[in-house]
Amino acid sequence: MIYLQLFYEFFKTGLFAVGGGLATLPFLYDMSDSTGWFTHEQLADMIAISESTPGAIGINMATYTGHLTAGYLGGLVATIGLVTPSIIIILIIARVLTKFRENQIVEATFYGLRPASTALIAAAGFSVVWLDLFDFSHLVNTNDWLGFINLKALVLAVILFFLMRHKLVKHLHPIFFIALSAIVGMIFQFAQ
Amino acid sequence: MKLLIDLFFTFSRVGLLTFGGGYAMLPILQKEVGETKKWATEEEMIDYFAIGQTTPGIIAVNTATFIGQKQRGILGGIAATLGLVFPSYIIITIIAMFMRNFSDSVILQNAFAGIRVSVYVLILNAVLKLWKSSVVDKIGLLIFLLVFTLSIFTNWSPAVFVVIAGVIGVIVKWQERRQVK
Repeated sequence: MIYLQLFYEFFKTGLFAVGGGLATLPFLYDMSDSTGWFTHEQLADMIAISESTPGAIGINMATYTGHLTAGYLGGLVATIGLVTPSIIIILIIARVLTKFRENQIVEATFYGLRPASTALIAAAGFSVVWLDLFDFSHLVNTNDWLGFINLKALVLAVILFFLMRHKLVKHLHPIFFIALSAIVGMIFQFAQ
Repeated sequence: MKLLIDLFFTFSRVGLLTFGGGYAMLPILQKEVGETKKWATEEEMIDYFAIGQTTPGIIAVNTATFIGQKQRGILGGIAATLGLVFPSYIIITIIAMFMRNFSDSVILQNAFAGIRVSVYVLILNAVLKLWKSSVVDKIGLLIFLLVFTLSIFTNWSPAVFVVIAGVIGVIVKWQERRQVK
């Protein structure tokens, strides 16, 4: 019963992967080894596709793996398996939280949590930006400071930063900026 | 029923417009759920993200379940989550069917390299917004700097930081109250 097995494997991943999308990766490698449903190469493709398509990476990977293994229904079952533990756990926490919202200990906990949560988001952003905008292997190999910085991307980033704060366009939907940068990326060949 | 449908489609929009996973969802969420629908305040969103990072599962799903639950109970949580997942399922299924060499297309690669830049700037802006409601005093700043530095230079799980920061919060508030007495 492949569907039951898919559900079970992804349920397990959803239950134990703490910290979002990429935290599911080790579980998927493990799944590849233990079930043989997909190869490590297919997994690498999957990551590339997930990073450049809409949606949460974890979800995309579940859908893709499920589809490779057992078609449409497989993709559906794997995705539902992945989100089921989240739904159950969060629903319980949300219930408890609404009850104890005014509790001083809960309030104090969140007082400490908020800056930490913001820092984690900032750090995650920083790490990917660093990898994308600065090419360290290039610097080490050639000692060429100009090639080390991804100049095209950096210029676009600075322009976008100020554009998004300008009062005329500030309230536009984020997708406007995403579409704009896709076009800029195609015209100026950002991937090269 | 109307609210359930609204939750489903609002979160499908969030799912459709989020490129690159959980954190990239934040600016879209601030726009769609915070500004347009007013379903959650900035502070509530940080709280949901903090809990989403500590509990098992995808951060985006955890946050969607939270906001949905707050609006319309258990069914609301499920509707929001299904909405979030729906566009991914459709898009990935189509890709899995037709575009085996999706990542080989030069035009798409260029487009996505451009998209990544705007996603970074959007996340930066989202963080600046969060900063105002989360880093409210010196201790907050200290926690921010500590977690930021450690999470870049170590591979500790986010859950570790969240738990430690929560404990620090409780200790600090407890000390403050003792001093008042």
